[in-house]
Amino acid sequence: MCGIAGIINPPGSEADPSLLRHMIDRIRHRGPDDSAVYVKDRAGLAHARLSIIDLTSGQQPMHNETGTVSIVFNGEIFNFPELRDGLIKQGCRFRTRSDTEVILRLYELKGEDCVHDLNGQWAFAVWDARQEKLFVSRDRVGIAPMFYTQAAGAFIFASEIKAIFADPRVARRVDIAGLNEIFTFWVNLPPRTFFENICELPPGHSLVLQDGAVRVACYWRLDYPTSGSPRHIDERECAEQLLELLVDATRLRLRADVPVGAYLSGGLDSSVIAAVVRRYTETPLKTFSVSFEDAEFDESRHQKEVAGALGTEHCEVPCSYGDIGRVFPRVVWHAEKPILRTAPAPLFMLSRLVRESGYKVVLTGEGSDEIFGGYDLFKEAKIRRFWGVRPESQMRPLLLKRLYPYLPKLQAQSPAYLQAFFQVGDSYASSRLFSHLPRWELTSKLKMFLSPEVLQSSAAEDPYHRIEAQLPEGYDRWDPFSRAQYLEAEYLLPGYLLSSQADRVAMAHSIEARYPFLDHRVVEFANALPPRLKMKVLREKYILKRAAGGLVPESIRNRAKQPYRSPDSQSFFATGAREYVEAALAPARVARHGIFHAAAVLKLLEKVRRGQAIGIKDNMAFVGILSTQLAIDQFIDHFGEVQ
Amino acid sequence: MKNILRQFITDNFLFGLQGQSFSDDDSLLEKRIIDSTGVLELIAFVDATFGVKVQDDELLPENLDSINRLVHFIEKKSKAAA
Repeated sequence: MCGIAGIINPPGSEADPSLLRHMIDRIRHRGPDDSAVYVKDRAGLAHARLSIIDLTSGQQPMHNETGTVSIVFNGEIFNFPELRDGLIKQGCRFRTRSDTEVILRLYELKGEDCVHDLNGQWAFAVWDARQEKLFVSRDRVGIAPMFYTQAAGAFIFASEIKAIFADPRVARRVDIAGLNEIFTFWVNLPPRTFFENICELPPGHSLVLQDGAVRVACYWRLDYPTSGSPRHIDERECAEQLLELLVDATRLRLRADVPVGAYLSGGLDSSVIAAVVRRYTETPLKTFSVSFEDAEFDESRHQKEVAGALGTEHCEVPCSYGDIGRVFPRVVWHAEKPILRTAPAPLFMLSRLVRESGYKVVLTGEGSDEIFGGYDLFKEAKIRRFWGVRPESQMRPLLLKRLYPYLPKLQAQSPAYLQAFFQVGDSYASSRLFSHLPRWELTSKLKMFLSPEVLQSSAAEDPYHRIEAQLPEGYDRWDPFSRAQYLEAEYLLPGYLLSSQADRVAMAHSIEARYPFLDHRVVEFANALPPRLKMKVLREKYILKRAAGGLVPESIRNRAKQPYRSPDSQSFFATGAREYVEAALAPARVARHGIFHAAAVLKLLEKVRRGQAIGIKDNMAFVGILSTQLAIDQFIDHFGEVQ
Repeated sequence: MKNILRQFITDNFLFGLQGQSFSDDDSLLEKRIIDSTGVLELIAFVDATFGVKVQDDELLPENLDSINRLVHFIEKKSKAAA
């Protein structure tokens, strides 16, 4: 991955190379190996390079032979050797061995349709001076970031918002509707972001700027079979096909001119990827993990077990409460929006370890839970629906006890309270958003901390109406399980897991993460399967576990799902954190920013300080409010001062 | 007792925000005033303040899910202990 930025000024106004240099300097962490700026009349492109493929001749911005088409590209096209061979057969000539040049040639041949041929993770921008046209594209599932805005007649884009803010024509303001979305869904619904007038290009979309008009179009979307579609599937054959696909997806993602490592969480998904590398390739593998001093979060025993079984060279970074608190402001700087959990912070530390170990690229198991139905939320929705059919049942509530075994405080609840909490058999039943409403309703309670002015302003729009308006054609005909998968994969995956918790904290230390489970062939294969092969009764990721038979240790294959989590509010009161926390949440600062109710925030701070914030809601509120305050400090009040 | 309970709930779960009003009969769960673990904070407070220990089989919304239900439950338990 790299960093890209660009400006297309209105006709007659030449792009300013020093401004482009300033923009790309803001995101040099994405590409510390090289950087360059190109200006031609009103168009300017900038690139910060993380050299991974074709280390000697892949410099960007890159141009066609006549200099009329130019590209900046962030990401990887994993099938570029095959595409290149095909293009050579069609008469194309290449000057480099890079994937960038393959995109350039494909664009010249196919125009906007070039994206359909690509297997990879990308955000790129092509300036076609022949047509005075900018073509921008982002990968199918949203691995590589891309933001844009329009100011003073100029179109400005970049991999990260901080590069866009380097242009003094761009106003830096909080978008209250964007904040309202984060305090409902944890994420923004693209194109909206946390900042007013800053747009995110949605995953699977391309953008064209021509004649002053912006056109955004979807070229790929998640799709699922219609509910009840009869389809006989041989499970053994299906598991074999899946393994074959995963092997190929992983093999493609080992293509690099630098060594590739892998994250190991101790769970099934990353273990499968590491095992595929060891079993099906000749690649020696180094694996990386986070361990926690608090046993509630620590999975190092399982990580070591997998590393030992697979014979990888393994190293880990220990993470204490204090560590999380100390790195958190840097994490917010990279996430560029409020976050409601601290989970990105340990991964920020992990990418630092990878960098210090001399690696630039890691494989991860991200995406598997979305496409194979691994999260407890899917199980929860299934139980709620099952129970809702017979709300008077005395047996069905007992199933709720099987949810979230890793949350001891939730396990301490009586069945009666679990029933009330999970809202079984209530008015949610008819909602199109059924699976996610308990989570979103709980998150929405954080809005009670908003100041009266912000609360009033945010009431102008109902986030549920907005998300319902975005649901695709066919959504209502999908199985309820598929609908839950869609909501998770369409929104939380790109908006949080692949960004705040992946790309942004990995690129903070110039590390590129690659995701074999998110190869679009794997995604399409998984999405086409009937839900019964994903969750069999209440056994999650059934078909993946079947495919992984004999590949990973049985104890890992049969291990109950433990999602990656990290300590929240208790992380902020060690030396190195307490001081900035007290400053960020001081009543005068909170009142000055005007987003939150200062007195209520103070009471929350006191509760956290006393160690009494044990619930999910209090913890989310604390982390969400703190990160919002820090984001405003860093991006609005003191933007020029942050390094 | 009602006032003590209301003050605790207002301070601890609503952080003093007066706009988040609730009646003595309102369900604390349905109004999402307490989350799934908030009830654990509530029973710790009831124990510490009124000396009433909530047994596992008493951990029911009908005992704890509104101010009036709490008052009734605490009084019943206190009388039984007396």
